[in-house]
Amino acid sequence: MKRWLGLYAAAVYLFLHVPLIILAVFSFNSSRFTVWQGFSLHWYGAIFQDPQLAESAWNSVIIAVAATILATIAGTLCAYGLWKRGSRMLTGSLYLSLVTPEIVMGISLLALFQWSFRWLHWRMGLHTVILAHVAFSIAYVVIVIAARLRTFSPTLEEAALDLGATEWQAFRYVTLPALLPGIVAAALLALTVSFDDYVITSMVAGVDSETLPMVIYAMARRGASPVINAISALIVVVFGGLVLISERVRES
Amino acid sequence: MTGGGAWERLRAWFLLPARVWMIGLFAAPFAIVIAYSLLTRGAYGGLGQPWTLDNYRRLVDPLYLEVVVRSFGMAAETTAICLVLGFPLALFISRSGKRKNLYLQLVILPFWTSFLVRIYAWLFLLRDTGLINTALQHLGLIHAPLPLLYNDGAVLLGLVYGYLPFMVLPVYATLERLDPALTEAAADLGAKPWPTLWHVVLPLSAPGIAAGSILVFIPSLGAYLTPDLLGGGRTVLIGNVVQNQFTNARDWPFGAAISVALMALVGTLVLFVLRRQRGSLA
Amino acid sequence: MESILELRELVKEFASHRAVDGISLAIPRGGFFSLLGPSGCGKTTTLRLIAGFETPTSGNVLLNGAVVNEQKPYERNVSTVFQNYALFPHLTAAENVAFGLKRKNQRDIPRRVREALELVRLEGKESRLPAQLSGGERQRVALARSLVLEPDVLLLDEPLAALDPKLRKQMRLELKEMQRRVGITFLLVTHDQEEALSMSDQLAVMNAGAIEQVGTPQDVYLRPRTRFVAGFLGAVNWIDGVGLRPEVTRLSRARPSNGGRFRPATITGSVFLGNCVHVLARLESGEETVAEIPRNNGTYHSGEAIHVCWNPSDEMIFP
Repeated sequence: MKRWLGLYAAAVYLFLHVPLIILAVFSFNSSRFTVWQGFSLHWYGAIFQDPQLAESAWNSVIIAVAATILATIAGTLCAYGLWKRGSRMLTGSLYLSLVTPEIVMGISLLALFQWSFRWLHWRMGLHTVILAHVAFSIAYVVIVIAARLRTFSPTLEEAALDLGATEWQAFRYVTLPALLPGIVAAALLALTVSFDDYVITSMVAGVDSETLPMVIYAMARRGASPVINAISALIVVVFGGLVLISERVRES
Repeated sequence: MTGGGAWERLRAWFLLPARVWMIGLFAAPFAIVIAYSLLTRGAYGGLGQPWTLDNYRRLVDPLYLEVVVRSFGMAAETTAICLVLGFPLALFISRSGKRKNLYLQLVILPFWTSFLVRIYAWLFLLRDTGLINTALQHLGLIHAPLPLLYNDGAVLLGLVYGYLPFMVLPVYATLERLDPALTEAAADLGAKPWPTLWHVVLPLSAPGIAAGSILVFIPSLGAYLTPDLLGGGRTVLIGNVVQNQFTNARDWPFGAAISVALMALVGTLVLFVLRRQRGSLA
Repeated sequence: MESILELRELVKEFASHRAVDGISLAIPRGGFFSLLGPSGCGKTTTLRLIAGFETPTSGNVLLNGAVVNEQKPYERNVSTVFQNYALFPHLTAAENVAFGLKRKNQRDIPRRVREALELVRLEGKESRLPAQLSGGERQRVALARSLVLEPDVLLLDEPLAALDPKLRKQMRLELKEMQRRVGITFLLVTHDQEEALSMSDQLAVMNAGAIEQVGTPQDVYLRPRTRFVAGFLGAVNWIDGVGLRPEVTRLSRARPSNGGRFRPATITGSVFLGNCVHVLARLESGEETVAEIPRNNGTYHSGEAIHVCWNPSDEMIFP
């Protein structure tokens, strides 16, 4: 049986990875058609010449970084608090936010921001996107940190208290350092989740706060172009790298 | 929880940011959506009085019922295929000894790279001028491009491709925790490998299979991007209808009603799962 | 009488070490045999080699005279009772017991299951799930599950380790009785010498992958062939390279004159154990000894000068 399982696994891994590999390979195709006509870095060059791509990429970075910082702080503190004593309400809502279809989350945030625009005169822009991204990222951070806390012994904090530390100091000087790898891993996760988001972002972004996924989507809608292949390849490499780092850090 | 007052205060402060966000940017928006679902479409789009349940009544209109049924069907198919494809893979990983982590990461890796990119990869492959058609024509196997894209099959493929890891990981987690002595005992008592799988391993993987199924079914049900890009305008699922109401059709109350109904279903499923797991975000 | 199970020059090497180092053993049919040894001595590996969960690096395992090295566990007519019982959690007690019978498509399963559960005295608990049974009950289900298949040999991997001490003593008697009743050869693996001594017809003492001695409990305890066997089976006082059990080591205030051997010593302490007293004494030549004396044989105080004496016939001498 082991032999069959091995063959089968190989087939599934091919299924999962080959489409992306093909995408990357054809990003180096000198022709814009799906016939290989020679190696070229032309399309990568085209990326850097497109101002819309540059601006949207920059927006994506700003949003991702800001949202990650906020979500990581909120999520870490939340996971710690829940570790002390659970809250079914909070855990339930976090879990719910994970499984809520993106389109539903998108339209409800749109409704919220419409309402806030009408009554508080808030405009839509980068800030609304950031707020939205934090909303769906917190749950991911909580999961990672909660898993980390499960392997952490509460007696360490008790020992700290016994030696004269306050509760806050026990957290700050004993637990927090131990959580650091998990926090880094969670942050990287939140970063990729935020950077990649299309559905929710497209609904709550203002006119001048286009993100990279939104531009890619528009381009894909218009028809395939090797430029998208090139961007995709770059994204896969960068995200893949971030995920690998995140896993390494998490295991340490 | 040890201690008492001081820990409680610390905990209350620590939970505050997450609570604020969940209330302000998750619960409150949804409350607004519920409110919208009870209003009426205004003359130029947007909202207006009166308060009504009409939007919910429209849900049972055959036109939309058809979409609901099709979405359920597609989500169920996706889940079933992911189970059939994913279980053997999870089994393989759980038995791969020292390389477990490597194989796990190979499953997780494509998933965490961009979702949009992954859908686009299939666009690139399946289009009329995509790689598959071009290659087949080149080889002389076909003369006109096959319509691989913009149909239910392509959407199903995209959904399975997107959500397979959601099935593999929970099933793997359960298989990993299975006492190896149980499979040894089965062999000891005379069961060959396939009967052992059927009578011992499979029944005991039920929790993982259940968790994986929910994690695949729910996002598939509310899928928007996959049917949008891979289905063209032809495969219309619940997610597409909702998005349409908030953009082109400008019928926010109706879109809101659909969303509320969808969330009611999702919420029920989640409650069911949480009861089994007793509230731990595992 | 041909042995039902034979090991010939059996070797099992792992990447890190040699777990079984060329052991040979012939286990007679129908008795209660034990493999005794400290953790890491290779006894569990030997058991797994017999059951078929490991294949030998070299050497042979013979069942009923036939070499079974290449046979899978489900092809061998031996059955294992695992240390933590390995009951299938999703099946009831009766379904667990029926499992092996169903795999071999046996007939008359309900009756055989019932009889097996009666043998282990678990009538009435057939439809309970393992989670609803106590530790002792789970062990009985594991026993019934294996015995119902009527194997040539029943392998037991530290079956009493998970039970609490009082239950353990009771189960020793029950297991022994059960073996006599069903007549199947039992092979028990344990690190507990009391267990091995009390239950076995014969036992083999293992150390570092090799067998140091095979014999009856009396043989092995009273006439150990190596220092290791002597030390593992019970406490030993070592005096001048000769071994003495504490229960044959006596104390005397006056110089003994009955022809036995004796040494001058000083009492260093005494430990009251309820049914007896262990008196610790240090000989003039430096060795520490323990004498086990009945509790009403007088009290000895630290610092007292006494003689440690013994009968030469009680000496355990090693080459």
